[in-house]
Amino acid sequence: MSAADHSGRLSLLSAAFIIARRDFTAILFGRAFIFFLLGPLFPVVVLALAGGVGAQVESQAATADVGIAMSGADVDAMLAAREQLAARIGPAIPSMVELERLEPGEAFDPVAVLEGREGQLAAIITGTLAAPELTATEAQLGRWQGMVATVAAYAADGDRLAFPPVATRQVATSGATENAGRLRTAQGGQLLLFLLIMLLASMVLSNLVEEKGNKIIEILAAAIPMDAVFLGKLFAMLGISLVGITVWGGTAAVVLIAGGVSLSDYANPGVGWPMFFALFAIYFAMGYLLLGAIFLAVGSLAATVREVQTLSMPVTMLQILVFFLASLAVTRQGEWIEYAAIAFPLSSPFVMVGRAATSESLWPHLVALGWQALCVALFIRVGASLFRKRVMKSGPQSATASRGLGRLARSAFSKRSASKT
Amino acid sequence: MARPLAIEARGLVKRFDGTLAVDGVDLSVPEGAIYGILGPNGAGKTTTLRMLLGIIDPDAGTRLVLGASNPQDVARRIGYLPEERGLYPSMKAYEAIAFMGALRGLPLAEGRKRGRALLEGHGLGHAAERQIRQLSKGMAQTVQLLGTLVHKPQLVVLDEPFSGLDAINQGKLEALIRGLADRGTTVIFSTHVIAHAERLCEGIAIIAEGKVPFAGLVDEARDRIPAQVRLETRNIDGAWRAALPRATRREGHIWHFALPETGVEPLLRALIDGDAGILSLSIERAGLHDAFVAIAGEAAAKEMLARDPADAA
Repeated sequence: MSAADHSGRLSLLSAAFIIARRDFTAILFGRAFIFFLLGPLFPVVVLALAGGVGAQVESQAATADVGIAMSGADVDAMLAAREQLAARIGPAIPSMVELERLEPGEAFDPVAVLEGREGQLAAIITGTLAAPELTATEAQLGRWQGMVATVAAYAADGDRLAFPPVATRQVATSGATENAGRLRTAQGGQLLLFLLIMLLASMVLSNLVEEKGNKIIEILAAAIPMDAVFLGKLFAMLGISLVGITVWGGTAAVVLIAGGVSLSDYANPGVGWPMFFALFAIYFAMGYLLLGAIFLAVGSLAATVREVQTLSMPVTMLQILVFFLASLAVTRQGEWIEYAAIAFPLSSPFVMVGRAATSESLWPHLVALGWQALCVALFIRVGASLFRKRVMKSGPQSATASRGLGRLARSAFSKRSASKT
Repeated sequence: MARPLAIEARGLVKRFDGTLAVDGVDLSVPEGAIYGILGPNGAGKTTTLRMLLGIIDPDAGTRLVLGASNPQDVARRIGYLPEERGLYPSMKAYEAIAFMGALRGLPLAEGRKRGRALLEGHGLGHAAERQIRQLSKGMAQTVQLLGTLVHKPQLVVLDEPFSGLDAINQGKLEALIRGLADRGTTVIFSTHVIAHAERLCEGIAIIAEGKVPFAGLVDEARDRIPAQVRLETRNIDGAWRAALPRATRREGHIWHFALPETGVEPLLRALIDGDAGILSLSIERAGLHDAFVAIAGEAAAKEMLARDPADAA
């Protein structure tokens, strides 16, 4: 450990290291860490279950039959034509079922049958092959009118139609496919980054509140600079985050590989997968440090978990807005909105992860990382200053805290701090 | 030759949200002394200590702690036990001591070794591997105190160290403080229990409503009040009574009054010449409590007693 001479005090980095080491090991070997690791799996399981149920509901809802109520010969001809066309047209052709084999002159009211709302009937074909009549809702009429005409024409005169063979040539991808795939990668990367940062930045806040509850903060404040406490806590949680990401990423990789999924199945990000992962990790660190610094400064104001929730709500809402901005920016590359989102510190990491997915250029990342590093330094400096000034408040602190962020911001530039008398 | 000062503060002022918490505090604590800061709750004791430690900065005034104007520059030579005791509940006892030492620059391995030894030396060897949450309140307080001392500081600052301790542990703590001073460590502590200060301290500062009406030796504080004379006479009337001070209180044949400024000899001569029949005469020096009442006022003294009467016993 590099430290000052024995008569002096610990250097900022040495002191921060002591705090970071304590926090890191305490969290890593704490009982709650396993739940921290398992935490992200719960939403995944819930989403998977919801997706499965949703898909089943959707498939049930999508099953809609077109009933045929024609003469027996016409019914047979329509069903046969439908089967033959289905092989060529695919799922676009509706499912057709025999509804009635009508005797000549027999009356049939399709409107009454449909309004009876029985079964999966969505439309009814009546009339003859030469003059079919389709009864359905407005939406279904527009969807199936042409298809019913085609089936009826094929049923009436199918033998005389000739379908020329189409030669096929397969390519791995196309411009449209590649762009759409990269866009999906960008959006997925942004979403993952957002979830990770929100999860971990709020953890640093809980950690600080716990510390204030332990009353140990005064011992720390007497021994080492409060900036070191701030830095130590921030970097301890960054370390924990990276452990978490390694575990989650490793688990995801094992599951995907076991499931036969390969990265080559997905659109290659603009910068390539290895660089994309590296940039993702760096942008995560930047985004986490920026938001973590804000949360820690907020945490220095709060005395209870309830106050933490109240005070962090505006920051959380801001972060959600920032995420939406970044999502929008990724679809507007080269426009002012993208540059604005890159320049705004909190959205910059998200936009740049999107860019790493969609664009091959590396130099914008160097520029953005330089800018973000500058902002991280500034945020930590201001955050640590607020932390130092406010965290030692006791007694009337709660009332002060509830006065909100305006007071917090003003106190960053005032010399006043407080203490119990 | 005057002893060098471990702490020298001049005109310390601190305001919180417009309220004057500390108003021009002056303190001079010699090296190796046991020094007490006496005052009721809210008088400004903790704020003064926090300013001396550099936890907060004064709005005005200067402080020199172990020769440094910024106490944080000599943080490794200071030990601090705050009034609000706090330890990480999941830490083992010896680890907690080592951690507090590490904050003051003691290598962790050395801190662990010393932590175990200190716990052993204070009868808590069996608790070294226990988590703080598994210890009793008294044991946890001892662990924190040992953490305050593990790096062998030159200056130890204790904020209400006797608070919450039973009589036996209060005695142990007094012995520990004396031991520190014997080894040359300067100890400064705040307390609202005058008896502790009277038994332990060489010097005291009395603080009330943010001001320090008295700072100096305990003897000097006592000397602020003249000694009390208790006189018992065979006779209760005679010319000799004119020699008694005006503010004399009588209980039968017993007379109580402050020792006259002229001393006891003229009084004795008058009593003998006037045939008062002296049965006994004793001169009792004023206690620190009386001095405190005289200096800080009756209200401050009552508040100190009211805060924790058991401690004051």
